[in-house]
Amino acid sequence: MPETAFEPWNDPNEKPLIQFRNVTKRFGDFTAIDDLSIDIFEKEFFALLGPSGCGKTTMMRMLAGFETPTSGTIMLDGQDISPIPPNKRSVNMMFQSYALFPHLTVYDNIAFGLKRDKLPKDQIDARVKEMLRLVQIEKFGQRKPEQISGGQRQRVALARSLAKAPKLLLLDEPLSALDKKLRQDTQFELMDIQEKTGTTFVVVTHDQEEAMTVASRVAVMDHGKLKQVDTPDRIYEAPNSTYVADFIGDVNIIEGHATAQGNTVSIVWAEGQPPIIGTPTTPIEGKVSFAIRPEKIAISADQPTDRANVVQGKVLDIAYLGNLSTYHVQLPNGVIIKAQTANSRRRARRPFTWEDQVWLSWTDTAGIVLDN
Amino acid sequence: MNLRRFSLIAVPYFWLLALFLVPFLIVFKISLSDIALAIPPYTPTLELSEGWAGFRDFASQLDFENFEFLATDDLYWKSYLSSLKIALISTFFCLLIGFPIAYGMANAPKEWQPTLMLLVILPFWTSFLIRVYSLIGILSQEGMLNQFLMWTGIINDPLTILNTNIAVYIGIVYTYCPFMILPIYATLTKLDGSLLEAAEDLGCSRTEAFWRITVPLSKAGIIAGCFLVFIPALGEFVIPSLLGGSDTLMIGKVLYEEFFANRDWPVAGAVAVILLLILIIPIVLYQRNEQKQMEAEA
Repeated sequence: MPETAFEPWNDPNEKPLIQFRNVTKRFGDFTAIDDLSIDIFEKEFFALLGPSGCGKTTMMRMLAGFETPTSGTIMLDGQDISPIPPNKRSVNMMFQSYALFPHLTVYDNIAFGLKRDKLPKDQIDARVKEMLRLVQIEKFGQRKPEQISGGQRQRVALARSLAKAPKLLLLDEPLSALDKKLRQDTQFELMDIQEKTGTTFVVVTHDQEEAMTVASRVAVMDHGKLKQVDTPDRIYEAPNSTYVADFIGDVNIIEGHATAQGNTVSIVWAEGQPPIIGTPTTPIEGKVSFAIRPEKIAISADQPTDRANVVQGKVLDIAYLGNLSTYHVQLPNGVIIKAQTANSRRRARRPFTWEDQVWLSWTDTAGIVLDN
Repeated sequence: MNLRRFSLIAVPYFWLLALFLVPFLIVFKISLSDIALAIPPYTPTLELSEGWAGFRDFASQLDFENFEFLATDDLYWKSYLSSLKIALISTFFCLLIGFPIAYGMANAPKEWQPTLMLLVILPFWTSFLIRVYSLIGILSQEGMLNQFLMWTGIINDPLTILNTNIAVYIGIVYTYCPFMILPIYATLTKLDGSLLEAAEDLGCSRTEAFWRITVPLSKAGIIAGCFLVFIPALGEFVIPSLLGGSDTLMIGKVLYEEFFANRDWPVAGAVAVILLLILIIPIVLYQRNEQKQMEAEA
């Protein structure tokens, strides 16, 4: 049986688990969420990404029940949840600070929610042990939160929020307190656990790498509005605005004036520079922004002949990142363009150095032409 | 380096030695002496000029007679018990009143908190004695409380509050409540609000979250507050002698009367020594609580 891709958002027959319908949230004069509508589907790993103050945390707190929308409705499983208090919702949250109860052991922290449901003792015990196994902290059940490491606390917090088998799990910056190496390992574990339990995860993060790694879809937010909701690769390769292009990863943005030439456009952007040839997704003319990722730009010593766009410049700066090198190349008109090459060979001589004259080139489909 | 460390430790130890241990030893010595019509009103006194023989003579005259006397006269142990009872009940009422006040303060808007704190501390700006005297004006037969109650029509005849144990309770609770409020307030402000949200998220109602999270996590403050009220209330003497009646038995009052009315310094000394021994238990427990809390925060 061929495995179909998990894309419920493209299936019109799928019923969304969560629906935001024209939700607005105001705190006094400040509008945290501005007329926002979105569908999130069952078993999704949905990431809300944006800078601090963009409203992502407010959205999550409304899902948890700690805030109520000023207007609009939030539906969970086809039911309006605004009148339901947080303790009656089948939604659990993993807090950024973990919010582990310091006076209870790890075991009792995980059992806390189950005990509130007045489940029989042996059932609680079995569930807690299952959770301890799931997050691999079986040995630490009898310890207090202060007696375990930060990484272990993060696991306890995850186990505690999963213990009641919620329909929806909210994760507030789940990995922000971990160091980089541990964070990367934990990202994969988190995806693994999400798949095993089949729970819908909504994660709030300001870390784009984290969002891209774990999520099935990413929503990029700014000032209480959704800028783009899409799969990580679409967000990266086909951003719909300069804001999204700039927020996710590294990008060169060049502003110019486009004229159509068949399927492509010719963008005049600076005097003395050849126009940039780009391929827009929809016909476009007039003032545009041309966005291109550094790794889509090739750097060479000789003038390439097989590419639509070729410019010459001088190496201003080199950032050596180990796996990659980023070159900052200054064109004669002063514009600096970033180009990236993979350091795929260990003993290769660094081909370019400061002040070298180099050629930058890219194809006509390498960049994105965005309406201004 | 060692000298520096030694001098740092020496200051508080010297303080304790000069202002606690030496006076205690003097009181203890007096408690082992006999009453005498002299100045000072007890014998023996140490004659250093007679040397070793003088000291032996001095030591041989000391005995535990006064402590035996305390055990035989039931006035004393009844006073101790009554003091314990009054201190315990007062502590309970302080907690009952102080916790909600501390809770309200900790949950008040941030910009209000310094003002509320000031209001709690404000009574300390006037003399303790003046505050207790003004309670007499409020609680007496013609006092403001009775006048107010009769004006509202709740009662027709004035209540007798002054010179009863109830007045003593009111006085102690009023005076010592800030000592209950402040440590509880301190622990409550440190309480992380996300813990309560987490408890709600996991299925607790607001009330349940209060009992399961707020109360256990403010335990250290509650214990500290209880000891800070209980310890001074146990030895309290001004409040029972000014507000209490003739049947109000408190050991602080007995001690005062032995000392000033009877001029029986040795018996007063023995009463004080026993009181201190009783107080050592809660003081040690209080210290342990503080230490545990400090370790938890480290």
